[in-house]
Amino acid sequence: MKEQDKSALEASKHNRLSHPTAVTVTDLNLYYGETRALHDINMVIPEKQVTAFIGPSGCGKSTLLRCFNRLNDLIDVCRIEGEILLNGRDIYAANVNVPELRREVGIVFQKPNPFPKSIYENVAYGLRIQGMNKRRELDETVEWALKGAALWDEVKNRLNDSAFGLSGGQQQRLVIARAIAVQPKCILLDEPCSALDPISTLKVEELIAELKSQYTIMMVTHNMQQAARVSDYTAFMYMGELIEFGATNQIFTKPRLKKTEDYVTGRYG
Amino acid sequence: MSDLHLGQHISRRFNEELEGVRSRVMHMGGIVEVQLANALKVLVNGEIALAKDVIKSDSIVNSLELEIDTECTRIVALRQPAASDLRLIMAVIKTISDLERMGDEAKRVAIMSRKDMDGALEDDVRADLEYMGELVRGMLRQVLDAFARTDVDTAVLVVKADNKVDKKYKKILKQLIQRMVEDPQSIPAVMNIIWAVRSLERLADRCQNIAEHIIYMVLGTDVRHIKLDDVLAEIKAQLGPEE
Repeated sequence: MKEQDKSALEASKHNRLSHPTAVTVTDLNLYYGETRALHDINMVIPEKQVTAFIGPSGCGKSTLLRCFNRLNDLIDVCRIEGEILLNGRDIYAANVNVPELRREVGIVFQKPNPFPKSIYENVAYGLRIQGMNKRRELDETVEWALKGAALWDEVKNRLNDSAFGLSGGQQQRLVIARAIAVQPKCILLDEPCSALDPISTLKVEELIAELKSQYTIMMVTHNMQQAARVSDYTAFMYMGELIEFGATNQIFTKPRLKKTEDYVTGRYG
Repeated sequence: MSDLHLGQHISRRFNEELEGVRSRVMHMGGIVEVQLANALKVLVNGEIALAKDVIKSDSIVNSLELEIDTECTRIVALRQPAASDLRLIMAVIKTISDLERMGDEAKRVAIMSRKDMDGALEDDVRADLEYMGELVRGMLRQVLDAFARTDVDTAVLVVKADNKVDKKYKKILKQLIQRMVEDPQSIPAVMNIIWAVRSLERLADRCQNIAEHIIYMVLGTDVRHIKLDDVLAEIKAQLGPEE
């Protein structure tokens, strides 16, 4: 068995002991045309925990994250082998309703991308698509989502203002509110704080810590201190492979493998 | 073996800072080594004049502790070290606190030994003391060596050696108590020797502490407060899968 498989399996065993499983990845390979971007990924992601993916640029962490809600489907040359189970269901099976999957697995990107609408409508948008039309129901859910994203107090008096009037940090929390409004099971965060100032970053990190009581969170970050602060489990990826996956505390104090050690301490690989 | 590999950071300045901390710990250890050697000369050979040197060096050791401590705090704040770097810094912070206390103990040996022994130190006890002193000096030399080379095997030797020192300590105490029973007049002088021997025994304990910090630094395994056999088993378990 390969080193990283063993490592992932060991971590998986550990996860199984303490947390139920949210996502199981088995022998996942991803190709962009002829290029193999992910190599035999095997891992078990625990439910209602924060799992961080770290690694140098181009290591495949964002690619892997986008597999979880099939965003890679939008790329023509992209081909996937292997299996991803979300709560025991194969998300790449032929009968999967992809928009429904993306409701269950929300994603937030590096740059906040609010719609050119009011704050209220940004959050209500997904709900209307789902067929929620009653004003009172919408009001309640929007308020609930904005509170959940720790933004309500800052925007409650200007819900009809344009979302573009918010600061970057507020916009990012608005996008998170939009993601949780449709009550997903998982939230994918692709470098959610890299465009934010330190205070906004801390607010989003606080939010992530609160959200994990209800959602499984998977986060890609270039900021290792952020991974250390926020996540419960950390996966280190390098050149498309999952090198080491384990409890965050262990990865940052006593990594098992030298490659991980070199990366978290800032040494040459 | 998961040896530490300093000197490959992308940030050269970070490298230099860590190297600087390490070499200052070695410098501090070197001073304590000289202190101990001189304190033993006062105790065993009665070279009372050396006691002053031992006492004087203590303030240098103290200020080195402060300096290295400040530098470690700075590195933690600015560099946010992780993994082996973090363990190095943690081990250094604990090691210098042990070294500082060792300086105090050496000073105590010197102060007690320069007092009037009144012929209380008989030849057989002197020989045992000399032997015990050599054991402790050997431990300190080895543990500093282990620190410099981040060498677990040598650190384990130091942990083992502490048992020998403890045995010798008990034997000497027995002899000294016997002496006091036989000749109550000698009690004040013998008490001075007992204080000095006690400090010597504490010095050995501190060497063991540092050895444990080194094992933690290299392997990431905390072996404090566990039995020697369990320490060895733990180390074996750590090294096992990678060999």
